[in-house]
Amino acid sequence: MPEMTYIQAISDGLRLEMRRDQRVILLGEDVGVYGGAFKVSLGFQEEFGPWRVIDTPLSETAIVGGATGAALMGMRPVAEMQFADFISCAWDQLVTVAAKQFFRVGTPIPIVVRLPSGGGFSGGPFHSQNPESSFAHIPGLKIVCPATPHDAKGLLASAIEDPNPVLFFEHKHLYRRIKGEVPEDRYTIPFGYANVHRPGDDATVVTWGAMVHTATAAAAELAKEGFEVEVLDLRTLIPWDKERVLEGVQRCSKVLVLHEDTRTGGFGAEIAATIAEEAFEHLDAPVMRLAAPDTPVPFSPPLEKAFIPQVDDVVTALRELAAY
Amino acid sequence: MAVREAEPVGSLQEVKEVGLDREDLLGIYRTMLITRGIEERGHILYKQGKIPGSFYTGRGNEAAAVGVATAMGPNDVGTPLHRDMGVHVARGIEPWRVFAQYMGREGGPTRGRDGNVHMAVAQLGLHAQVSHLPAMLPVATGMALAFKIRGDRRVALGWFGDGSAARGDAHEAMNLAGVRQLPVIFVCDNNQWAYSTPTYLSYPVEHIADRAAAYGFEGVVVDGTDVLAVYREARRAIERAREGGGPTLLECVTLRMEGHAVHDDAFYVPKEMFEKWAAYDPIERFRTWLQTNADMTDDEEGELTSTVKRLLNDALDRAEESPLPDPSKLAEGVYASPEDLDTPHHK
Repeated sequence: MPEMTYIQAISDGLRLEMRRDQRVILLGEDVGVYGGAFKVSLGFQEEFGPWRVIDTPLSETAIVGGATGAALMGMRPVAEMQFADFISCAWDQLVTVAAKQFFRVGTPIPIVVRLPSGGGFSGGPFHSQNPESSFAHIPGLKIVCPATPHDAKGLLASAIEDPNPVLFFEHKHLYRRIKGEVPEDRYTIPFGYANVHRPGDDATVVTWGAMVHTATAAAAELAKEGFEVEVLDLRTLIPWDKERVLEGVQRCSKVLVLHEDTRTGGFGAEIAATIAEEAFEHLDAPVMRLAAPDTPVPFSPPLEKAFIPQVDDVVTALRELAAY
Repeated sequence: MAVREAEPVGSLQEVKEVGLDREDLLGIYRTMLITRGIEERGHILYKQGKIPGSFYTGRGNEAAAVGVATAMGPNDVGTPLHRDMGVHVARGIEPWRVFAQYMGREGGPTRGRDGNVHMAVAQLGLHAQVSHLPAMLPVATGMALAFKIRGDRRVALGWFGDGSAARGDAHEAMNLAGVRQLPVIFVCDNNQWAYSTPTYLSYPVEHIADRAAAYGFEGVVVDGTDVLAVYREARRAIERAREGGGPTLLECVTLRMEGHAVHDDAFYVPKEMFEKWAAYDPIERFRTWLQTNADMTDDEEGELTSTVKRLLNDALDRAEESPLPDPSKLAEGVYASPEDLDTPHHK
């Protein structure tokens, strides 16, 4: 099985989908000749032509709205936001049109919006955000946040196959940092199934995206102290694997919910509330949340380090849980 | 490329040249009568307390809506707005479904999930608007993009108004369509009032269609009360788009003859303006034209009127029989399943 970086896996997955299904098109800013700001679609225009790999004007509303219209006419558009942050410009198309059309009139909108998200490289307030919880609150949208190359490829195939608008959050800090074995052939990974990224029985960390790796590094630290932490990677937020989370809580009795998005109203709050409602009697400690503080994403390295949960922060939180 | 101001349509011969025979003309008249009839009856239903929420009509816009929709080909698609009942009727919606929609019944195209004119029947090539106008313009552009990619000889039509022309969606949709020369027609129902806002507070140029030049396609202004002129210009634009000639911005000028919605008495519209435009009532105007140019007899007209009346009476009865939606099914249908895909409207 070949080894691929996270970004290679996304690129490979997208290429395979475009090869097997003529209806799949890619549209966005600089996705064609330039191959995308992060080079996910490098070489795609040569292979698929300028009408399937479409360089658009700087127009997020037209990109997402255009994808919606093309989907209504039977295409399977993949729209790329150059950075996840820019999806704010297309909020209306996604939230007002795409998310509600099936509920209102029964016409599905099978689109995928690819969203390079997350911080860790001084991208500042407008190139680092993790806006998944804003969209998790919108009925009609699905939210995917892969953490590994294997999941990125398989979940992308599922996203394109899905008959609903799917937001596919690609963590930029994982693009070239994470490598893993990825099957050469096409495969899908169903939505709504968490993956045990690291097994353990003393506490469970519920997380997704880049924080899976932060949590795993922290768990390795705690293991030296004989405290075995499970790292549960949700992989998709809508739908999310409630059963598996509750099972982890029952087994470990201690839980940390961890995310890179800001704390208040973050998706972690939904998970914590669900645990409190449905597994309260299994808890040996209060549900703990660790997230970014409620500020915009700062630019300067020491500030950004203080913003994004670090391995040490997770270690500290887990020690607190262990001692409770 | 300056904006072109379209001439009115004159004789029957001229009309034949644009592809309409006498039967078509009477059909258009019937469609306009049904359109207004639906909205007049809707108004009564509203006053009877049978319509929840608010109620909107397109009185004064019947010629613009019916004229454009009649020019569409069977496989063309569109995203009409709340003044465009005539588009739904021209494309063949059954009137009882409109009444059921008004009343929040199961039989409406949205099965009670959305109200008033937020509806469309995809099988008729129409896709339902949202309130955030003109959010459907980028969607129409995307439909046209699909046609262009596949080489389909189909055209998409996106409707907007003098008010929503001010929003960014209009710009992004037209710019992308112009860049890619997509087969899409941007139809502006310019009824001169965006709720209470007059045109001079909405845009600073003479015509909205003036903007087309900035996107590299033709802008046309047409009298929106002249159904045949609207038809001729819409057809010309649609067929040009079908042949690869790219988009057109077609501005149909009329007056919104009622308030923004039923609660609004439109006190801000000068009385003289209503009086002036009442003389150009689209249906009266076409009726006179048919009598003068197509020899429509009193008998023919009487027959048409009574057929429409019967149709709408039956429609009302059927709509009232349609059940209210079942609250226990509210949570169903938020997400589509694979079997919901690739229904006829997707082709």
